[in-house]
Amino acid sequence: MNIFKKTILTVLASLFIIGNVSAEKIKIGTEGAYPPWNSKDASGNLIGFEVELAQELCKIMKYECTIVEQDWDGMIPALVMRKFDAIMAGMSITAERQKTITFSQGYADEVASLAVMKGSSLEGMDTPEGINLSLGGSDVKKALKTLTGALAGKTVCTQTGTIHQNFLESGDVGSVNVRTYKTQDEVNLDLTSGRCDVALAAAVAFTDYADKSGKPVVLVGPTFSGGAFGNGVGVGIRQASDSAIGKRDAKILKDFNKAINKARKQGIISKLAVKHFGFDASM
Amino acid sequence: MISSFPKLINATFVTLKLLSASLLIGIFLGLFFAILRINKNVFVNKFAYGYSYIFRGTPLLVQIFIIYFGLGNIEWLRTTFLWSILKEPYWCAIIAFALNTGAYTSEILRSAFQTIKPGVIEAGKSLGISNSKIFYKIQIPIAIRQSLPAYGNEIILMLKGTSLASTVTLMDITGVAQKIISTTFRPLEVFIIAGSIYLFMTFLIHNLIKYLEKKYSFQQ
Repeated sequence: MNIFKKTILTVLASLFIIGNVSAEKIKIGTEGAYPPWNSKDASGNLIGFEVELAQELCKIMKYECTIVEQDWDGMIPALVMRKFDAIMAGMSITAERQKTITFSQGYADEVASLAVMKGSSLEGMDTPEGINLSLGGSDVKKALKTLTGALAGKTVCTQTGTIHQNFLESGDVGSVNVRTYKTQDEVNLDLTSGRCDVALAAAVAFTDYADKSGKPVVLVGPTFSGGAFGNGVGVGIRQASDSAIGKRDAKILKDFNKAINKARKQGIISKLAVKHFGFDASM
Repeated sequence: MISSFPKLINATFVTLKLLSASLLIGIFLGLFFAILRINKNVFVNKFAYGYSYIFRGTPLLVQIFIIYFGLGNIEWLRTTFLWSILKEPYWCAIIAFALNTGAYTSEILRSAFQTIKPGVIEAGKSLGISNSKIFYKIQIPIAIRQSLPAYGNEIILMLKGTSLASTVTLMDITGVAQKIISTTFRPLEVFIIAGSIYLFMTFLIHNLIKYLEKKYSFQQ
């Protein structure tokens, strides 16, 4: 073997080693249509709380991350089909979703609320400020009864495949006339036009819309948590398996959990939450 | 997966309702505009041409969005009686579908009118039949028979077009399929079932048209 061949082999071998220790490359899927969690600016760049948080978490994990856009209704199938490796899209951790995918620990709390246009008959509903469906109790029961009466005969609009839809169809508030939309933007449009009497989504989704559009959208009734509303928002990841790819998924999950711990301790999550939501929604 | 089947069958009725309502309105629109198209008056002719040009030249999805979200966003419109119709997603979809299929139907009927041999009309005239009777009793029946194959195609296109109703919250076959997927996360199986239902309906429509073509064939 001449010296020339040796040099080439050494260079190739070293490249291979470097390649192996270089950062893990992953893709993170988000919707880009649920401000202030995730959305797009005028030139089409992804922005929002989760886009910035994803970048921070990737920095901590020393991952090379690409954030990609995916319609909400295809989010979980796209993860399972390996179009990307993680979901950060305001997706609450629920038992129903955990049948198909797994979640990291929660990084933020999604507080849900009903919203109406100013002047609606639903304004001034007599309910507590917030109810936790997991706790139950007479307060919650009473509030749900008030809501059942208030929502009867009303068209309630929400996004397809969300915890909000699950709650409205759970029977907790009687049998409601639910209308579902592909995106929250469309829910907002039809709430403004009057096709929807009332809408249900993350409270910040409505306040953000009211701020940016100037439309008189107001929150009514209690804020919701627990039960059908899940246990906070986490990173969605494929369920681990024994294959090599499955082991990589398990590692990604572990790294995300560690990174969330670290980001929480350093106050990164709270800071981003205050920046985008106006209050500390971190958990 | 099996449990999703009855839900999709129920949704088939919504699809059929949308299809039949828009075809019914569409065929009258089509006939009306086809008659305007063969009119000698330039303005009447151009007006009918403009209608078919606009509705054949833009995507059906855009037409639905303009009627549903676009018109819904005009504030003064919401104070008129029109809002009681436009408020309902069901009517918005039917209006869009009917206007769309009406444009295509008018073109199909127009070309059918124009292929009627002058001799047929002349024969009527020589028998002393009035002009209007020639039109209603000779020209229209021949035009309808001539346009059957092309119209059968249009029905099938419209059937598939109704799947766009799901974009304005209607729970037709596609809408229900998407809803089932949002809880089961099984797009492949559910869309295959939904697709098979459309395929079966196409099969029925295709055979119905074939039967009608045979029944009203000129070579009896």
